[in-house]
Amino acid sequence: MKTINKSLDGLHSMLVNKEISCTELTKAFIKQMHCCEPRIQAFLATSEDTALMRAAEVDKKIANNESIGPLEGLPAGLKDNICMQGIPTTCGSHMLESFISLYDATVTKRLKDAGAIVLGKLNLDEFAMGSTTESSAFHPTYNPWDLERVPGGSSGGSAAAVSACEVAYSLGSDTGGSIRQPASFCGVVGLKPTYGRVSRYGVVAVASSLDQVGILSKTVRDNAQVLNAIAGYDPQDSTSITANIPDYTQFLENNVKGLKIGVPKEFFSQELTTDKAEVINKALETLEQLGAEIEECSLPHMKYAMAAYYIIAMAEASSELACFDGVRYGHRAEANDMIEMFKNTRAEGFGQEVKRRIMLGTYVLSSGHYEDYYLKAQKVRTLIKEDFNQVFSKYDALLGPTNPQTAPKIGESSDPLAVYLEDIFTIPANLAGLPALSIPAGFVQGLPFGMQLIGKHFDEGLLYRIAYTFEQNTDHHHQVPVLLREVN
Amino acid sequence: MSYREQYEMVCGVETHVEMATKTKIFCGCSTEFGQGQNTQVCPGCLGLPGTLPVLNREAVNLAIKAGLALNCKIAEFTKFDRKNYFYPDLSKNYQTSQFDRPICENGWLEINVAGEKKRIGITRAHMEEDAGKLVHSGETITTSNSSGVDYNRAGMPLLEIVSEPDMRTVDEVVAYLEGLIQVMEYAGISDCKLEQGSVRFDINVSLRKRGSKEFGTRTETKNLNSFSSVRRCLEYEIERQAELLESGEEVIQETRTWDEGKGVTLSLRSKEDAPDYRYFPEPNLPPILIDKEWVEKIKATMPELPMAKRERLESLGLSEYDAVVLTATKAMGDYFDQALEKFDDAKTLANWMMGDLSALLKTNLCSFADSPVAPQQLATLLTLIQKGNISGKIAKTVLEEIYNTGKNPEIIIKEKGLAQISDECQLEKIVLEVISSNPKSVSDYQAGKKNAIGFLVGQVMKATKGQANPGLVNKLLKERLSKE
Ligand SMILES: [Zn+2]
Repeated sequence: MKTINKSLDGLHSMLVNKEISCTELTKAFIKQMHCCEPRIQAFLATSEDTALMRAAEVDKKIANNESIGPLEGLPAGLKDNICMQGIPTTCGSHMLESFISLYDATVTKRLKDAGAIVLGKLNLDEFAMGSTTESSAFHPTYNPWDLERVPGGSSGGSAAAVSACEVAYSLGSDTGGSIRQPASFCGVVGLKPTYGRVSRYGVVAVASSLDQVGILSKTVRDNAQVLNAIAGYDPQDSTSITANIPDYTQFLENNVKGLKIGVPKEFFSQELTTDKAEVINKALETLEQLGAEIEECSLPHMKYAMAAYYIIAMAEASSELACFDGVRYGHRAEANDMIEMFKNTRAEGFGQEVKRRIMLGTYVLSSGHYEDYYLKAQKVRTLIKEDFNQVFSKYDALLGPTNPQTAPKIGESSDPLAVYLEDIFTIPANLAGLPALSIPAGFVQGLPFGMQLIGKHFDEGLLYRIAYTFEQNTDHHHQVPVLLREVN
Repeated sequence: MSYREQYEMVCGVETHVEMATKTKIFCGCSTEFGQGQNTQVCPGCLGLPGTLPVLNREAVNLAIKAGLALNCKIAEFTKFDRKNYFYPDLSKNYQTSQFDRPICENGWLEINVAGEKKRIGITRAHMEEDAGKLVHSGETITTSNSSGVDYNRAGMPLLEIVSEPDMRTVDEVVAYLEGLIQVMEYAGISDCKLEQGSVRFDINVSLRKRGSKEFGTRTETKNLNSFSSVRRCLEYEIERQAELLESGEEVIQETRTWDEGKGVTLSLRSKEDAPDYRYFPEPNLPPILIDKEWVEKIKATMPELPMAKRERLESLGLSEYDAVVLTATKAMGDYFDQALEKFDDAKTLANWMMGDLSALLKTNLCSFADSPVAPQQLATLLTLIQKGNISGKIAKTVLEEIYNTGKNPEIIIKEKGLAQISDECQLEKIVLEVISSNPKSVSDYQAGKKNAIGFLVGQVMKATKGQANPGLVNKLLKERLSKE
């Protein structure tokens, strides 16, 4: 446990200094995975054999005194909506239970190019629709901090696996908070980059205008190192941005002096209970003591964000998920004719939440409703973007809670509307395409609680700087889940 | 038909033209025709999870060019939208198309029916991807036990050109379609191979009482792919609608399909059953901003279009009819221009192309696009006539010989000894022989029957196997006969 519960730099230097071979290190992570999985169930599929083969190659390089990159030989996990050639990509759905991708997603390829060792595919809410990972068609995932609780979602497997030290870091996807909220619940660092910063090619779309691939890691520095590897223009994703990618580790400076941080008052609404507000206020005090200027500000249209978000997300989802019809791949139901095949396939293949969203999405796009819902939601989206432009003319970054709650118990989240409300603080960054980072802010009744930093477009570096400074001056990220104390 | 006098037809056409790009519109797959099933596919055009579209700029260039050729306004801002409906030939169950901001709008095409010129309005033209093709085990989708899908065609770049309901007769419709295809071919937008399905027509037609200003209820017949089908379908549909109206029934607004074998249109679905396509902007493709510079760049590559070419040919002294025939296909028009570079008598060239060469090509089921007689060879042949090296009659033989052997005319003439005899001394001898052996004709001529000279010329030509220079023979005969 001690061997592997280290930052990427720590693991990297062990390899370089030959304190441990890559094969031994990989085996140690696999052992940790075998120890934790019966209780965590973060994985949907593992690729231990290929992982060990890759590790042997890295060992050869090290033996030849070849230099290795910062991610080389270190184990990673992929949310199971990110394609990797030759292994299943299920999206947590019966629809794709037997589906094996023919190609690597760009982020998968970039991680492979960086020498990463992919240990497997991680659980998620079915088609990333949910905030608890309970809607996975296969099994729930359990929060390493409290096995009776959910890890959050939809990237619940990605957050739990990092938190339980089963992988060094993982990739997730964030459509409305799906990286940040589980990061908050599992006490890890989660970044949703600027829309367009990371290629979406090969990531199964649920809402193309909102989806973004991001990183879950133990520390801010780890996060920046992985972003270095996956960010950048991809000709296969027309929405990816050509701008140059800086070395994100160069922003990791223990200094927030003079930075202006706005705190939107809308983030302290009735959804946030006092004990949680206290954690955030304490974090704000810490940053203030370190020299940041903290000021209250407002995002006046935020109250409409959730409605607008769900309309747009469901509208797009209804179309993105149309390709799952049993004709070319995935589940195909028995039927007497074509229409029946479509109907049966989709009725059998999709779970309840997915069906609900497809139906609502179809409704808001249908003629007679388009103007009232979809078009209006797009207008709200524009207003929210303008709100952000306003505040960013005054502040360097915004700070607030990542989400209103700490992790609920398994089975507690049965009201869909209440679950949708869970995304209330994370949604605005998706609507505006802004980068947002969740880092551990403290604990409420022994459960981790995250704070969210939102930055200007392509300003991930500054978010890392603030988060790094906070991390260096607090010890929340050193806390270890109960489970880890038990398995060792 | 008696109906015809009472009712006026109103017709508009939606034409789907497959644009001549090398690769598909949203992926890198080849657009070549006639390849093995599902050999031109990739994760993208198969709609595999996680794939994203990447717009082929060449398709946009061609769409701009088509718009310019049809006198359209090119949008400064245009975007793609998703048209959502379920069908197995559509790999994502939505078609990436353009809805409310098409790339081209408000254009026109001039047609000419029996000398009457008319402008047909072009409402819009937009880009979209084609769907795959269903391959049924039986005759049709309903009678088959199983169907497969060939996705080679999925993602081929289409331009949908929508006309205004400006056409009033079947001839106008056909003239519009011919004109449209001619322009698309000239501008290099499409190879317009109708037999390969690279152009398809949806015909909207309604009837109204003559003199009425309002439109009647229309039907749309989808997916016609030849002019003759369009003509037959329109005639059938006019008849059908007229009969309904005559018997006091209503025409139902619906989508119909053309049964080529039976020669009838059949109802496909009514307006009520029309799918709600739930269009919304394609989030994976940023809007396209087209500035003046881009349009100008495309404009600079625009070749001469049929209308301009016809005007130029007329200015060379050709009749309107000649100009129309010579510009009917781009290949024929290009042939004419290439030959004209080497031979400047436009009228003679036109006559030979439209006469002997066309006949020769037609007999051999060949066209100007792949004529074995090169334009330069025809030009040389005509120059040889002009210079008096060969007679027109000999030239016809030489033309056939070029067609069959591909040899240049000078070589054929030399090899076969077909050159015209213009040597006075040589001809003088033959003329004297003809005069001495035809005393009757000579005396007729001298008695004032000037026509008799024709027979004598013929005799000289016969004696020289047609190679004598007829003008010279005439002159020599006259000189001799007046001396005697
Ligand atoms: Zn393709």
